[in-house]
Amino acid sequence: MSIQLGNRQKQYQQFLKGRQPSRPFFRNSIRAFLAGGTTCLLGQGIQELFVHFFHMSEKMAGNPTVAILIMISALLTGLGVYDIFSQWAGAGSAVPVTGFANAITSAALEHKTEGYVVGIGSNMFKIAGPVIVFGVVAAFFVGLARYIILHI
Amino acid sequence: MPHPWIFLTAFIVGGLICVIGQLMLDLTKLTPAHVMTILVVSGAILDGLGWYDPLIQFAGAGATVPITSFGNALVHGAMAEAQQYGIIGLITGIFEVTSAGISAAIVFGFLTALIARARG
Repeated sequence: MSIQLGNRQKQYQQFLKGRQPSRPFFRNSIRAFLAGGTTCLLGQGIQELFVHFFHMSEKMAGNPTVAILIMISALLTGLGVYDIFSQWAGAGSAVPVTGFANAITSAALEHKTEGYVVGIGSNMFKIAGPVIVFGVVAAFFVGLARYIILHI
Repeated sequence: MPHPWIFLTAFIVGGLICVIGQLMLDLTKLTPAHVMTILVVSGAILDGLGWYDPLIQFAGAGATVPITSFGNALVHGAMAEAQQYGIIGLITGIFEVTSAGISAAIVFGFLTALIARARG
């Protein structure tokens, strides 16, 4: 926090300390582990289906697997089920790629009443945008660094 | 061929990556957006170091389903095109591999928004 706190604010911060409920991080972590692990297990199952029935390599099957997971997640978000799941699972629902799809779908749904272009179109990436922006910028510089190391 | 324990390692590694995210949320004052951003950038850096591919070998979907793999895939696309077309490939190739994820999210997100109603 870069804001200079006055005396009364400092007193208030002191007052707050000890009154804030401690976060049950152990329980949350167990839930995140179970939910996230299960999502990845489901992903592995879908991937094996692609390998066996469409004769793809493990590497090739990764992309369609992600697409299927995203489809399921968008559907569950539309039905209101994913939000119930994320209440329980915390980061276990947000960190897998299904959470990315949930962020996009729920932002689109939330702003639907403002219209298709101005509502859905403009707000779709409101939550998921930072991930794409920072991912791409980081990937550019990581790629650049590797390119320079490999070619010079 | 993946090893026979792939389902177990996928569960454990995928779960552990989510635990890292949960601990960042609970033990620091980072917002969910910050945590996701950190995970994606970490994935990109890990791939830059050449460590993410071995993790995928070991954990399969446990490494490709969490958002960290988005960063990994961005670097992979950029590097593959850069190898073919030189430095401009960094720009032209960045979305090469992640197209499936982003396109699917936009298409299915849009369709869902058309059909469903907002709740709560």
